Amino acid sequence: MNTLERFRRSYFFYSFKRDKTALVSFSIFAFLVLVSLLAPVIAPHDPYDTSTIDILDAEIPPSWMDGGEDRFWLGTDIQGRDLYSTMLYGLRTSVAIGLGAVIFQALLGIAVGLTAGYMGGKTDSFLMRIADIQFSIPYLIVAIIASAVFQLAFGVARFAEMAMPLLIVIIGISEWPKYARTVRASVLGERKKEYVEAARVIGLNRWRIMIRHILPNTLTPVLVISTIQVAQAVMSEAALSFLGLGMPITKPSLGSLIKAGFEYVFSGSWWITFFPGLLLVVFTLVVILFGDWLRDVLNPKLYKG
Amino acid sequence: MNKKRDTRRADREKNLLVIEDLVKHFDISGGFLDQLKWENGRLARKRTLVKAVNNVSFSILPGETLSVVGESGCGKSTLARTILGLYPPNSGGIFYRGDRLESLSSEKMLPYRARMQMIFQDPYASLNPRMTVERILEEPLRFHKRSLKNSEVKEKVAEVMSQVGVDQKWSDRYPHEFSGGQRQRISIARALMVDPEFIVADEPVSALDVSIQAQILNLLMDAQDRRGLTYLFITHDLSVVRHISTRVAVMYLGTMCELAPTGDLFENPRHPYTRALLSAIPRLGEKKPKHIRLKGEVPTPIDLPPGCVFHGRCMYADERCRTEVPRFNLCDSGSRVACHRVEEGKL
Amino acid sequence: MAHLLEVEDLEVKFALRFGALTAIDGMSFTLDKREKLGIVGESGAGKSVTGFAIINLLSKPGYISGGRIIFEGRELNKLPDEEMRQLRGNRISMIFQDPMMTLNPVFTIGTQMVETLQAHRRIGKREAWDLAVEKLRKVYIPSPETRMHQYPFEMSGGMRQRIVIAIALLTDPSLIIADEPTTALDVTIQAGIMDLLQELCESEDMGLILITHDLAVVSQVTERIIVMYAGKIVETGPTEAIIHNQKHPYTKGLIASLPGVGEAGNRLNQIPGMMPTLTAIPEGCAFHPRCKMSEAVCQREQPKPMPVMDPGHFSACHFANSKEIVI
Repeated sequence: MNTLERFRRSYFFYSFKRDKTALVSFSIFAFLVLVSLLAPVIAPHDPYDTSTIDILDAEIPPSWMDGGEDRFWLGTDIQGRDLYSTMLYGLRTSVAIGLGAVIFQALLGIAVGLTAGYMGGKTDSFLMRIADIQFSIPYLIVAIIASAVFQLAFGVARFAEMAMPLLIVIIGISEWPKYARTVRASVLGERKKEYVEAARVIGLNRWRIMIRHILPNTLTPVLVISTIQVAQAVMSEAALSFLGLGMPITKPSLGSLIKAGFEYVFSGSWWITFFPGLLLVVFTLVVILFGDWLRDVLNPKLYKG
Repeated sequence: MNKKRDTRRADREKNLLVIEDLVKHFDISGGFLDQLKWENGRLARKRTLVKAVNNVSFSILPGETLSVVGESGCGKSTLARTILGLYPPNSGGIFYRGDRLESLSSEKMLPYRARMQMIFQDPYASLNPRMTVERILEEPLRFHKRSLKNSEVKEKVAEVMSQVGVDQKWSDRYPHEFSGGQRQRISIARALMVDPEFIVADEPVSALDVSIQAQILNLLMDAQDRRGLTYLFITHDLSVVRHISTRVAVMYLGTMCELAPTGDLFENPRHPYTRALLSAIPRLGEKKPKHIRLKGEVPTPIDLPPGCVFHGRCMYADERCRTEVPRFNLCDSGSRVACHRVEEGKL
Repeated sequence: MAHLLEVEDLEVKFALRFGALTAIDGMSFTLDKREKLGIVGESGAGKSVTGFAIINLLSKPGYISGGRIIFEGRELNKLPDEEMRQLRGNRISMIFQDPMMTLNPVFTIGTQMVETLQAHRRIGKREAWDLAVEKLRKVYIPSPETRMHQYPFEMSGGMRQRIVIAIALLTDPSLIIADEPTTALDVTIQAGIMDLLQELCESEDMGLILITHDLAVVSQVTERIIVMYAGKIVETGPTEAIIHNQKHPYTKGLIASLPGVGEAGNRLNQIPGMMPTLTAIPEGCAFHPRCKMSEAVCQREQPKPMPVMDPGHFSACHFANSKEIVI
């Protein structure tokens, strides 16, 4: 039985097919990711191309309202950019940062958790103390300081270019302890199992046992928290951008779009904040719902044969 | 003095395995703060030691099956793991064909690892759930014999699999797809892959159904005949012990109470604990003899009683037993017993 | 004379995504007051399921799909939940392998025992407390008053199991179902618990169903044994007969495979293959693929238990009376 067949027949897939929430949330998630990846192809306008933007087009309401135009389906923002296109690109940026940050957190956290859990003793205490310290510093403070320092050191323009990787690193650094703790807990449990003793009796060295034997068995909880972490990373990025510490207005993410439109809500151009906000909420919601389902289905205690 | 050392050395070389005064304690005191306790009006540092193995000495001859029996907490599993180097002993010597093992670095231990293997109790935890049967079996071979070609490895794996009754078709399946008995066969195959001389079996059939137990025990006995293996068999099941062992060692709270050839132990148990143990086993179809009820509860290996570890529950205990630890003496019958009464000839 | 417990053609199924699997297929037996019955079999044979079915505690997806269970004249499987709850833990008590399945780790023994009593009858706290202490004494627990204030983690496994038995006795039940009560205990402790159960059956006028895989234990404690295989009874009869004069190839093979029965050092008798899982139960006699005596009729027809020589001894084998049992 090859892997594809095995997957199709598995309880995992069976449960997925039966749970409507899982099906719907995963479909929407997949759809949104696909759409964001295809943004350059789908979007009617390119929001980065300043030559196509006309300031006179600013603040046009959505097409179905009075004053709306057909070429701008959801209206335009304060700079005259098509909101719909900008949102698609914004989603792409948000998703990229979300996934990037989670991959960063996961790699760092798994490495630390694995080492701390298996080595034990002083190594464990040391690494976990660092994780605790890291965890107790709110990411906002880290972000503010990091952004400020970077902008001072390299100038605003350079910051705009490096914003995306910088945000990935900032959000990644603030959350890796979560992965470290989860993996460490798994490792502590697996370490006592007899297959690990068997590996030691064979004579394998520590690193080999850690990476080839224990690591694969600690990944299930990692998968479970990852979905929630993606949602959280996207939200964190949105919050940072909203505060002006994140993506610049020229390369917007959903968060910076929300911020940009915020001042104009009361003057009547509600759509500039509303639609990006709605998209952000929907995206985060489907990720969390899917993550919830994933957590239940992978929970060994709930598994009902 | 020299004569003693010479006999010791001869002893070590004649036997496959010689254990001398092995001690293994686990310090579970915890961190500095956990150790602080309020005692007698002052703050004191309390160390909590689990004295799992206390001065155990014995030897194993090549080709024999030595069983170590005892109830939970007696230290038999710890003993097995310390012998295989999974735990470093606190003191004492482990000699394999005369070579001292306990202080070797992991690198120097490698050649011995290919000669000493282990089979575990829990068939559900002793195989890595994320590895296929093939990978599980190939790993020890590839690790110890790097020079082997791919085809040679696969050939050897197939050979051992068939010896052990594991179907070739199972190679690419995962452990959770198998029953307890089948997994235990896979575990045994893994242990046999490197052609070891000495195998420690830690309760290999306790978690299996009766009819499967018989299959696995037969498998172990066949493997021993075919390969000339030496077994150290850890178990609590005395009927299994009687069936397969050449000699039996009885442990209680980390101390070896009695070591005798199987027949002798069952027919003429010397140590009071051995007697109580044997009287408590339910025998199939025989009307139950009045079993010797032991007084009190089993003390823990943390608060080891002074003197003889068994004195609190023994009906023959006296003042000497409360203060003096009995030596593991050789009796005239050839068995060793650690009991003052037996030494004094009163039992 | 009415039996204490009568099980008639009990059928238990598990509703899984592939369909319904039969865990118990037409089981019938009786139990009288003061009688000690052993149900033996290997894992998956259905013995624990029988115990749970009697007190109607089968967890989904298991359910009773047929047959009757009559206890003290009342049909149990038809009883509404409310009435069943009055019987459970009251007239029928169950003891499990792991005492921590019964004992709540966060409450003291005293609290748990008083709570159990008060759940089943109108009784004041003081009175319940005294009754509990009396039951602890009955199971030979030293200094029972002190124990009442202790938590389960402060006691050894053997002590905990005794407390579980004491709890089972609180309401003076007429039937105790013990599911592997001593499997997790050391041999010396096991002996004490089994003695205790025997003694209590006599003194308290109770019936005992002992479910276990340990043939040696069951041979010492019970008067009758039921041997189960793949959800069916293959042989039942007086303990003596089952141990010394088996009339079914499975039972005979099982007894012969025990170390300690034959000559030490010889190969043990081995029944080839494994007991079928519920999804793969063969047609006809469930044991036929592993049986040396199997013939065409065994593959077609499922044998029903038929009486053999000794009184009260039945065997579900086509050749129980006609041929000698060969393994």
